[in-house]
Amino acid sequence: MEISFVVEQLLNGFQLGVLLFLLAAGLTLVFGIMDLVNLAHGSIYMIGAFFAATMTLALDSFILGIIIALPMTLVLGMVLEFIALRTLYSRGHMDQVLATFGLILFLNELVRIIWGPAGLAIPLPLLLDGSISLPLGIVYPTYRMFIILIGIIVAIGLYYLVSKTRLGMLIRAGASNRTMVGALGINIRLLFTAVFGLGAMLAGLAGMLIAPINQAQIGMGEDILILAFVVIVIGGIGSIRGAFIAAIVAGVIDTMGRAFLDVLLLALLPANAAEAAGPALSSMLIYFLMAVVLIFRPQGLFPARNG
Amino acid sequence: MRLKKNVQEIGVSCLFILFAIIPILAPAIGEAFYVDVFARIMIWSIAAVGLNLVLGYGGMISFGHAAYIGLGGYTIAIFSFHEINNGFIQWPVALLISGLAALLFGALSLRTRGVYFIMITLAFAQMVYFLGVSADKYGSNDGLNIWNRSEFKIYGLDFSIDDNLTFYYLTFTILILIVFLVRRLVNSRFGMAIQGTRSNESRLEMLGVPTYVYKLTAFVISGVICGLAGILQANFERFVSPDMMDWPRSGELMFMVIMGGMGTLMGPVLGATAFLVLSEVLSSLTVHWHLIFGPLLIILVLYARGGLGGIIDRGQKDG
Repeated sequence: MEISFVVEQLLNGFQLGVLLFLLAAGLTLVFGIMDLVNLAHGSIYMIGAFFAATMTLALDSFILGIIIALPMTLVLGMVLEFIALRTLYSRGHMDQVLATFGLILFLNELVRIIWGPAGLAIPLPLLLDGSISLPLGIVYPTYRMFIILIGIIVAIGLYYLVSKTRLGMLIRAGASNRTMVGALGINIRLLFTAVFGLGAMLAGLAGMLIAPINQAQIGMGEDILILAFVVIVIGGIGSIRGAFIAAIVAGVIDTMGRAFLDVLLLALLPANAAEAAGPALSSMLIYFLMAVVLIFRPQGLFPARNG
Repeated sequence: MRLKKNVQEIGVSCLFILFAIIPILAPAIGEAFYVDVFARIMIWSIAAVGLNLVLGYGGMISFGHAAYIGLGGYTIAIFSFHEINNGFIQWPVALLISGLAALLFGALSLRTRGVYFIMITLAFAQMVYFLGVSADKYGSNDGLNIWNRSEFKIYGLDFSIDDNLTFYYLTFTILILIVFLVRRLVNSRFGMAIQGTRSNESRLEMLGVPTYVYKLTAFVISGVICGLAGILQANFERFVSPDMMDWPRSGELMFMVIMGGMGTLMGPVLGATAFLVLSEVLSSLTVHWHLIFGPLLIILVLYARGGLGGIIDRGQKDG
């Protein structure tokens, strides 16, 4: 097996990993601080992609499109929180799951009415449309490298925000003891809206980054949302660090599993059995990982809340 | 109290009488397709009654019950694919497979609590979904057609469910049997223990009740009932696809239980009826019916917790 192929798949895994991280970061903050299970987080990812696609086509520039679409998703997130999700904080998890499930139906249909049932494809930005050469004779698409880079920058920025700034201090305090933060005179409602907006913007960014590769389409949020949930459960609810590590691990395991599991199985099983089992097992791998983590460490790998 | 209890009994009897006479009523008013609609309603009702056992009575929020419907359905489809159409083989194996899956998934999931339980049941269901998606031999995403419905031939007995009317009344009979079974179950010592775990599990443990075993048993029974609904669905539609076990199906099933009222005997049947009739009516009004249906579901969750069954069932709880 070519070493370059392995590295290439590893990079693809990283790319999926950072996308998952962008989604999971917002999800885990909202989950950790507001104790809200928000299935509609994937819809924000989808709408972010549509915003960016529309703006890119209108302005003829992908970068400008993203710069305008980001505040748009921020506002969308804050409006959604204000109108619909705020009332759910005091409810049980089942009510939250069901109400945000209803919200998905609504938002999908809204997108279908505004943008039509077909997806919206945008070209790769000219500057990033090509490949770059890496050591060992590896050639890798520039745009995918760009996604990885953006993801790492956001992760570092978020780490700085959460661990070094006043807002970050409140976020961490909120995740470990919400009532106490409120008792100390912090405007908890405002904090919640801000955190929700931030999470929505990150989810939107993930959608925007994937739009040139996969195009913006209805229902794109649902599958990746479930993966993002898997990531935050593995990482430990409320933990940004946990979300990052779990997202990269999940991205790499999923991609490597799809690429190499059948080869691996071929060594253990007869050819036709390996061929049949390979795809099935590789798509189940990260769910399996989650089940194992939950069985041995029910609080996830890096739980934010102690006790 | 007595009056309310009567109201509930009258309401439920009316629904069952409606189920019973639909095959006569529907063609009479020139809307024969209602027979199909109501066959689907009864199949989903069976699944909802199954989920209600864990969700409503046991307080276990399973977000993955579509998996058991799918496993039941796929077992029938795969048997039929290999030209084994004998229902006496198909059905017990399908029930066994859904039950074993529920035993395995339940045993692992029940070690977690709260939102982790929701997520792990979801994860297991997605594993089953992807198993269906990657099964190339059995149609993967496109699903699998079932050319022949189950045949019940043994020692001169020859019962065919090819005829839609026969199938309708078979489903009707099974629904009634399942409702009676669950009724016996929840009123038994076992049922009391299950409902006890919902309100205070540690107290029950202190009283010496092995709550884990009880909850797991309920989970398996519930999985088997959903498997039965899957068997009926596969036979009725003559088709299975991974879509029938994708996570939105689990969500819809939960909605049916909530809509009718959790932890009430007839709630799930009322809920499944209301859910499917509502989607049928709304989708006939506009293509964009989800635009109304979505917010309606949100309002329902926020403001009508007891559901339909809760309103008429309250009498029973008081009395």
